[in-house]
Amino acid sequence: MLIDKKHIGMKVPPHSVTPTAWQLKWFAKATGETNPIYFDEAAAKKAGMPGVLVPPTFFFCMDMDKDEPFDYIATMGCDFGKMLHGEQIFTYHKPVYSGDTLDFDGQVTDIYDKKNGALQFIVKDVKVSRQGEAVCDLRTVIVIRA
Amino acid sequence: MTIPNFDAINVGDEIPSFTTEPVSRLTLALYATGSGDHHPLHLDQDYVRSKGMKDVFAHGMLGMAYLGRLLTQWVPQEAIRTFGVRFTAITWVGESMVCTGKVVEKLEQNGEKCVRLELTCANEQGEAKHKADAVVALA
Repeated sequence: MLIDKKHIGMKVPPHSVTPTAWQLKWFAKATGETNPIYFDEAAAKKAGMPGVLVPPTFFFCMDMDKDEPFDYIATMGCDFGKMLHGEQIFTYHKPVYSGDTLDFDGQVTDIYDKKNGALQFIVKDVKVSRQGEAVCDLRTVIVIRA
Repeated sequence: MTIPNFDAINVGDEIPSFTTEPVSRLTLALYATGSGDHHPLHLDQDYVRSKGMKDVFAHGMLGMAYLGRLLTQWVPQEAIRTFGVRFTAITWVGESMVCTGKVVEKLEQNGEKCVRLELTCANEQGEAKHKADAVVALA
């Protein structure tokens, strides 16, 4: 069944995240990061940073850091078992550090299908800001298989 | 780390590549902790077998994080303007990820001298798992 396009424009409940040096240390370890500005607060401060530098893809983790990260997919009546992460795009405005409080404000901006509905695509755009200043934009494309 | 000079970079230039250690179950457990993504598809072999799959597999965003490292080993992170990835295939436990990138375009964007890079995360047999695109501002 095709997803109702009335959901284009749906707001995702906003949330706030404060990344911690503790979690970023584990993220760095998992991804093989060796540059200490990404996991060692003392090294980051020595490099003139107020905290550990948040790496480029961690914005996605913070966007997912809420009780029901796929509530908007559920509202559309889609089966989570048929959901795939198709694309992820980041646009960067300002660097972000551990200890910053970030606000995530998202909405569904497109729904389309290919192959006569065998693949449906849901586009969610999220603006991330720190005290009102834009720091990053995320675009997440979720694919729903028939 | 210094930002490369725009005039010294040509279309077709490759940026320094690397190959990761084989992705292990430990890698996926560490990534679950670091990312907060504890989906059983990446951690629980009993669960994935009940779904008819042979084994757990890597989080797609782990491969994108490797490509992020590829970028930040070449330029300071603040030089990255956009970074996008398409997930094209599953990465299985035991596969090493070969991360490569090359310059495909030189452009001016918002008054800045930039290059567009194509980045690939592939296994050692050359099967692309993720194809990415990044725009980076140069000096």
